[in-house]
Amino acid sequence: MAAFAFYLFSGLLLTSGLMVITAKNPVHSVLWLILAFFNAAGLFILLGAEFLAMLLVIVYVGAVAVLFLFVVMMLDIDFKALKRGTMQNLPLGLAVSGVILAELLLIGTGWQPGQGVIVHEALAGPPVGMSNTQWIGSQLYTRYVFVFSMAGLLLLAAMIGAIVLTHRRRVGIKKQDIAVQNARTPAGTLGIGKAGLGQGVDL
Amino acid sequence: MIGLTHYLAVSAALFVMGVFGIFLNRRNIIIILMALELILLAVNINLVAFSAFLHQVHGQIFAMFVLTVAAGEAAIGLAILVIYFRNRGTVAVDQADLMKG
Repeated sequence: MAAFAFYLFSGLLLTSGLMVITAKNPVHSVLWLILAFFNAAGLFILLGAEFLAMLLVIVYVGAVAVLFLFVVMMLDIDFKALKRGTMQNLPLGLAVSGVILAELLLIGTGWQPGQGVIVHEALAGPPVGMSNTQWIGSQLYTRYVFVFSMAGLLLLAAMIGAIVLTHRRRVGIKKQDIAVQNARTPAGTLGIGKAGLGQGVDL
Repeated sequence: MIGLTHYLAVSAALFVMGVFGIFLNRRNIIIILMALELILLAVNINLVAFSAFLHQVHGQIFAMFVLTVAAGEAAIGLAILVIYFRNRGTVAVDQADLMKG
């Protein structure tokens, strides 16, 4: 049963990964990406990492993929023009990815665990009396607490960066500025002028 | 019996798919960003698989940090994409070095 689930999830994951990079319409690419994330979450559950699986669905599907979807649909992009001339990269792409695949397979088959590292045959859950989430938390908030705060800082920097990059001050629109309104005094706005006979007033 | 090697193979295939996707869609930065997400997902699968088969939790914690970085990277990348589109009216990035700055 677990083997069937593994082959189902990984097969769907690889298929949707392939569709992400080959789909003609980027909206379809995003939807395939969502399917890929769901199947990766399934693989995580098979591995006993339930918390990360849920995190993957919430963060990737709920935030990142929707962000992609927003951007793809918001911008009026001519995707046909972007496709033109990309086939000339195909031989180079095949060569590079073939080399990387060969190297990864070489590592994967020739890999030996280091001294004192035991690769177990079977999966084991968290220590007795602990759930997976508790297990992660017990390490994350003790041993990795500094790294954890740095991750929070990184997200803050990303947020500020994204706002700074996309924020623009529009010119030529009328907008209420309360500080300027409150700072107005009669001396700066009122004046008494003399209207000469037949000349009018300069304002 | 599904072992560590199976997961490593899936992850390697997904990684290579992401690299190939960058070459295949070299002009469309949206697909490039999605291919980067695929690559990071492959790395996450690797980390979680090792974590599960070594019976240690550290891999899962690192996968969480990779997730954080991926989210930040997507936000910044898409922000850059939006201002690039605002300035140029296209997202073709093969001419982004037009000014040779």
